[in-house]
Amino acid sequence: MNGFAYLRPTGVQEAVDAYAAHPGAAYLAGGTNLVDLMKLGVARPTALIDVGRLPLDTIEERPDGSVRVGATVRNSDLAADPRVRDRWPALSQALLAGASGQLRNAATTGGNLLQRTRCPYFQDLGKPCNKRAPGSGCGAREGVHRDHAVLGHSEQCVATHPSDMAVALAALDAQVELYGPEGARKLPVTDFHRLPGEHPERDTWMRPGELITGVLLPATTAGVPSAYRKARDRASYAFALASVAVVLRVADGVVDQVAVAFGGLAHRPWRARHTELALLGAPAGPAAFEGAVALELAHAEPLRDNAFKVPLARNLALDVLGRLAPAPAGV
Amino acid sequence: MTSAHQPGHHSEVHLRVNGKPVTLDVDHRRVLLDLLREDLDLTGSKKGCDHGQCGACTVLVDGRRLNSCLLLAVTLDGSEVTTVEGLGGDGEEPHPLQRAFLDRDAFQCGYCTPGQLCSAVGMLAEAAAGHPSHVTDPAAPSGSPVALDRAEIRERLSGNLCRCGAYPRIVEAVEDVIE
Ligand SMILES: Cc1cc2nc3c(=O)[nH]c(=O)nc-3n(C[C@H](O)[C@H](O)[C@H](O)COP(=O)(O)OP(=O)(O)OC[C@H]3O[C@@H](n4cnc5c(N)ncnc54)[C@H](O)[C@@H]3O)c2cc1C
Ligand code: SF4
Ligand code: FES
Ligand code: FES
Repeated sequence: MNGFAYLRPTGVQEAVDAYAAHPGAAYLAGGTNLVDLMKLGVARPTALIDVGRLPLDTIEERPDGSVRVGATVRNSDLAADPRVRDRWPALSQALLAGASGQLRNAATTGGNLLQRTRCPYFQDLGKPCNKRAPGSGCGAREGVHRDHAVLGHSEQCVATHPSDMAVALAALDAQVELYGPEGARKLPVTDFHRLPGEHPERDTWMRPGELITGVLLPATTAGVPSAYRKARDRASYAFALASVAVVLRVADGVVDQVAVAFGGLAHRPWRARHTELALLGAPAGPAAFEGAVALELAHAEPLRDNAFKVPLARNLALDVLGRLAPAPAGV
Repeated sequence: MTSAHQPGHHSEVHLRVNGKPVTLDVDHRRVLLDLLREDLDLTGSKKGCDHGQCGACTVLVDGRRLNSCLLLAVTLDGSEVTTVEGLGGDGEEPHPLQRAFLDRDAFQCGYCTPGQLCSAVGMLAEAAAGHPSHVTDPAAPSGSPVALDRAEIRERLSGNLCRCGAYPRIVEAVEDVIE
């Protein structure tokens, strides 16, 4: 690891200014991904701008029923927040399905969204990887890719986004709050991460120097039944092979509101818009669920060794939809 | 900027480690685990993977359990660090959990043990503060302390691997201090 300067700004503007003043700088929050990548030589910042102690560590209710989560709120504190557990349970469940107790105590809301892929070629300087070294090729496409994407991948990159939290946020219609040299703006979590296309080196639509200041949980999904389920190689402390977050409200037996997002299948949390369109207004039951989930997964293009993810994702989605749908009256 | 801002590649850092004040000039690359083991000769905390994947390096920082291998020391200025050497406090007596690990023979080689102990101490505080886990019933009331059955203990300590497979006895030792 090369040496680097260390700066600890006390405010958002100071942080953004410090980034602009230090070419090659990186923001540092909990460090659970960035320090790991620096040890591996994958990340080589010349300066770290420590945003981990910025006063962005609160969870605030807004008069309109939304909640704003500051960027430095730790994953464990967000998962335990009674408002989150009661109104957006899929978010709490997704956080608790990720990493370990120790890691969640360090990991922040902003850092979690920006964690890099766990593709082993990306983490190994000796291997080709278009995301780490554009133009060097993709080692995973014809190599070891059991954990990789089945949806939305490109010739250049078949990596998945590893975050559990982001999948729940995508289903809950959350927004990312950004502040940068050009001012403040918001992006829906569903439009925050990119598909790899020809530029897998870019994970998100953030502009250079932008800082995540928070995440907004909207009133439109507050209190609507939601849940998260994840399949992994061991019972705990492992990344998702596939996961799903579902938001579902049923009125008089008919689907009144629905959102489905898959994790572990693509370069970003994958909103199943085909499933949602098919379900809205349909009778809430196994037949409608099966048909609607199949519509989305028909678009899957598995690689040589990861076709198992398609039925896995289907089963996860059907299980969670079934659990969230109230039993029909009289049964 | 705070006093931690220095133009070079090292900074002065003030910590309290196991109750004692410590001031060090640290290279910005120094992680807490190496600072403890190499600069302070506190070799109880272990380096298993150096990448957040095993939990052997777990310590308490301001009462919260963290992987010291992924914590840059320079970020911790002003923090209170407790390692396995400090769990028992000032006295001669070990922490009740250390006693329970001995009574239950909750280790074989012992390499993971310091991390297991610090992790379990941090975990007990989290459960008492009402933090849920992956196996907590989502319908359980938010905010109240979580009762720790075996499934809860196993899930909450899943960030600590044991190559010797002492898990059953580790769970029993933790149960002993809960009762
Ligand atoms: C062994 C292991 C297992 C794991 N398992 C899981 C899992 O199962 N599921 C899961 O979802 N995650 C898992 N993780 C990943 C973990 O959740 C992430 O490492 C963590 O969320 C990153 O947050 P952080 O605050 O530590 O980010 P950092 O490491 O500090 O930063 C990550 C990136 O975000 C940038 N950044 C941070 N904050 C901001 C901000 N406010 N604005 C702009 N940029 C910012 C940094 O520059 C960096 O590029 C695991 C990690 C490890 C090591
Ligand atoms: S899948 Fe993406 S991250 Fe992995 S080797 Fe290919 S280009 Fe790199
Ligand atoms: S040495 Fe820190 S988690 Fe393995
Ligand atoms: S006792 Fe040997 S690793 Fe746990």
